[in-house]
Amino acid sequence: MAAPKKGRRSPGAHAKPWRSLLLILLALVGLTGGMFFSGHSTPRLGIDLAGGTSITLEAKNQPGKPNAINQTNMETAVGIIERRVNGLGVSEAEVQTQGDRHIIANIPRGTNEKQAREQVGTTAKLAFRPVLTYMPTTKQPKPPQQQPSQSPSKSPSQSSESRSSQGQQGSGQDDQGRAVTDGLKAQAAAAAPADDKPSPKPDKTTPPTTPPQQQLPPGVPPELAKKLQKLDCNGKQAKAKVSERASAAKSSEPVLACDSKEKIKYALGPVGVEGKNVTDAKAQFDQQRGQWIVTMSFDGKGSDDFGDTTGKLAKKQQPQNQFAIALDGEVVSAPSVSQRLSANAEISGSFTQESAQELGNILSYGALPLTFEESDVTTVTPALGSEQLMAGLIAGAIGLGLVVVYLVAYYRGLSLIAILSLLVSAVLTYTIMSLLGPAIGFALNLPAVCGAIVAIGITADSFIVYFERIRDEIREGRTLRPAVERGWPRARRTILVSDFVSFLAAAVLFIVTVGKVQGFAFTLGLTTLLDIVVVFFFTKPLMTLLARTRFFSSGHSWSGLDPTRLGAKPPLRRGRRASAVRTDPKEA
Amino acid sequence: MSRLGNLGARLYRGDVGYDFIGKRKFWYGVSILITITAIVGLVVRGLNMGIEFQGGAVLTTPKTTASIQHTTEVVEKESGRAAIVQQLGSGGMRIQIAGLDTDKSTEVKESISKELKVDANQIDTQLVGPSWGEQIANKAWLGLGIFMVLVVIYLAIAFEWRMALAALIALIHDITITVGIYSLVGFEVTPGTVIGLLTILGYSLYDTVVVFDSLRESSRSVTKQTRYTYSEIANRSINSTLVRSINTTVVALLPVAGLLFIGGGLLGGGMLNDIALSLFVGLAAGAYSSIFIATPLVADFKERQPEMKALARRVRSKRLKNEDREAREDEEDGFEGHGPSDGFEGPGHGGVQAPDAAATAAAGVVGPRGGSEAGSRSQRRQPPSRSRSRNRPSGKRR
Repeated sequence: MAAPKKGRRSPGAHAKPWRSLLLILLALVGLTGGMFFSGHSTPRLGIDLAGGTSITLEAKNQPGKPNAINQTNMETAVGIIERRVNGLGVSEAEVQTQGDRHIIANIPRGTNEKQAREQVGTTAKLAFRPVLTYMPTTKQPKPPQQQPSQSPSKSPSQSSESRSSQGQQGSGQDDQGRAVTDGLKAQAAAAAPADDKPSPKPDKTTPPTTPPQQQLPPGVPPELAKKLQKLDCNGKQAKAKVSERASAAKSSEPVLACDSKEKIKYALGPVGVEGKNVTDAKAQFDQQRGQWIVTMSFDGKGSDDFGDTTGKLAKKQQPQNQFAIALDGEVVSAPSVSQRLSANAEISGSFTQESAQELGNILSYGALPLTFEESDVTTVTPALGSEQLMAGLIAGAIGLGLVVVYLVAYYRGLSLIAILSLLVSAVLTYTIMSLLGPAIGFALNLPAVCGAIVAIGITADSFIVYFERIRDEIREGRTLRPAVERGWPRARRTILVSDFVSFLAAAVLFIVTVGKVQGFAFTLGLTTLLDIVVVFFFTKPLMTLLARTRFFSSGHSWSGLDPTRLGAKPPLRRGRRASAVRTDPKEA
Repeated sequence: MSRLGNLGARLYRGDVGYDFIGKRKFWYGVSILITITAIVGLVVRGLNMGIEFQGGAVLTTPKTTASIQHTTEVVEKESGRAAIVQQLGSGGMRIQIAGLDTDKSTEVKESISKELKVDANQIDTQLVGPSWGEQIANKAWLGLGIFMVLVVIYLAIAFEWRMALAALIALIHDITITVGIYSLVGFEVTPGTVIGLLTILGYSLYDTVVVFDSLRESSRSVTKQTRYTYSEIANRSINSTLVRSINTTVVALLPVAGLLFIGGGLLGGGMLNDIALSLFVGLAAGAYSSIFIATPLVADFKERQPEMKALARRVRSKRLKNEDREAREDEEDGFEGHGPSDGFEGPGHGGVQAPDAAATAAAGVVGPRGGSEAGSRSQRRQPPSRSRSRNRPSGKRR
């Protein structure tokens, strides 16, 4: 590193470039290592490229509902199944109707087929379980007599009954849920449901290490509390694991569950009422109170069970007077109970029409409007075939080769930085996509591959903008190092503003859309973020470092920064004229 | 490279350049023509929606020895539509064809049974619903709508509403052209197409924003000088970022061109071609529109502002003055065409004509400008704060 003698040294320009280059290097090594270590060294491919499993479901006639199998219900079912198999929208599963009563779900290879079949085929299991205790997903269990709050930053609203329930709204809203009777009088409380001497089978082999809770609500076995503390409800993956375990548990055992919307985890007692005993549920608008409510009715056994359970619960303290509605092991709502209820009940809270209807649907069909049974499971070959992917990759590689040739021709020495940046960007994208396969079920389909190829152009643009800035500064007559430093802030702003637009597109589409568009939005957002990371932590520091070398700073004719070639004005100023010509718009 | 580098330098300085703003009427015309063609194509031919959007027929054959490729060829020839053929675990084929009616499907069935040597009665035909149902499409539209609103708000804050509007027009222009090409070529619209369109949308805005960013920078203190009109500044700004625009477009288009020509050549069609085509057309349109459409539009909008009109007037009168003095001082060093000295109905005479004057003036600036020297001198002699009426050359109507 022969640093030229002249030229100011900007403070901090020493350590910084090395530090961020080191960071990037570490990230690269870490990601690549992680990729090989986890054995997922290629990105998962979508069904169009890799084939997968095709599951055909047939809708079953339901007694008493002769017209249930209609187009509307089939489409609702398609939507729900799609949500189940394609939770994050990045797994490229396809769901469509076939004929009048069949639904086909295609799931890409590499997914857990057994799990997928369960997700697709089973009408969700619904159960009412009493709440033993709950806590925020990040903290200790709550002692009783304390209001649950939806979000740590908000204190719950105090209602006249001082109760709250979760699950109807987005976070940050407190729902007042209550179940209201049709005027049945309360029974004497029987033994608490949690006194049933549960013998939970630990799924985890790790011994509990956390100390038991001090203020446990009565009736919560300490072992259960310990497990609750360790329960991980953060992120879709973790939640899915928890709900899988919870829905597999026997109905006579207590379970741990996550809330479907809020950051809350529960310990729930044995099943009080089975979901199959719900005969009907629907959303209604309560004229008197001017709000949406959900009414439900039970069959004979259900009424008895519900009466028993609510009778017990009504006598208890918060939080044990709550009744969790668990769907597939996830708590969708936990209204509190103030009196014994029986055949008919209503749940009220701050429902919107939509959330009331959603809960009504969940209660009445266990989420799916129809009962389905698997009629066929078969593997399918890729819809597009491997030659498409190969051709795409070959063409992409040739295109990239051309890009490299062009960059070398135009930028000469600078192209070294460009090519290295592209390389870093490519390696980061590839490794992250590979790791996202197992992590969130991310799968690449052909359009996404093309999108990634286009993203190369956007990445390249960032440093083209920067290089042009540097060259403009050199044309102004600056030497290289000041040019590199002065050109950066302006180039940086351009890069950030334009990347923000791309990222905005990705974020909005990801939040609003479903299915393939969502998958695309994810890819776009990822590549945009990586673009910024690469430019900030790799291209710029590398440029700073190389500006110190003699080859670049002396303006070697092959460096791409030769002042005479760039047509810089000679250092000796010939009066005011030349500068007046050029810098005019800027000088004002 | 040296020539290129020099060209870059001269573009940067404004020594050379193309008069984008002055010739904008021509380019607007070109764009309107293409857009109209695209819309006519859309109306007349319509879009050929793939099976993912409109559903279709699915044929399931019993076990067969035929290859997927062979089956695909047979089905596509018979039905005239793109088919998705997959082999099932049982060894049979699942063939999905969009928009197949009953008569056609019988024909297709027969030809399949002949070609694949399976019993026609054992081929099961069913209608399939769209896998990319209305729900997905509606949500995609909703997302697009929200994004458009947000991006206009963001650009209006980051730049100004005129730029936001121009960017939006350019965006719609790009999408229309791409969709029009699709209807004219008759490619089937697949989810890949939609994703290609979304990519274009992102890129088109991205590219426009990069050009606007340089425009904003160079026009920051435009009213504090009396040398150039806003349109001229805009034109110089396009020219100075031209190198970047060309490089970026080349770098973005090369891989896509690879996909389109090489990938397409290797395969002769298929999904890859669809996506690559929409990307190629869209990216080219996006790069073109940010230079030829979006920036001139901004200049058009800006020239309607009173302060810009005033600026244009100041600039004009000043140039006249310089010219007069040059004539007096015998300092003629090749002022081109005496552009500014004739044809002065323009800014100040109604918005419609304003751009004309700007254009003529711009034409004068784009070439090598000898007047600058005099200009700098005159600036010393006459501070710009002097009232305009004093600057007005005698014998000129007002």
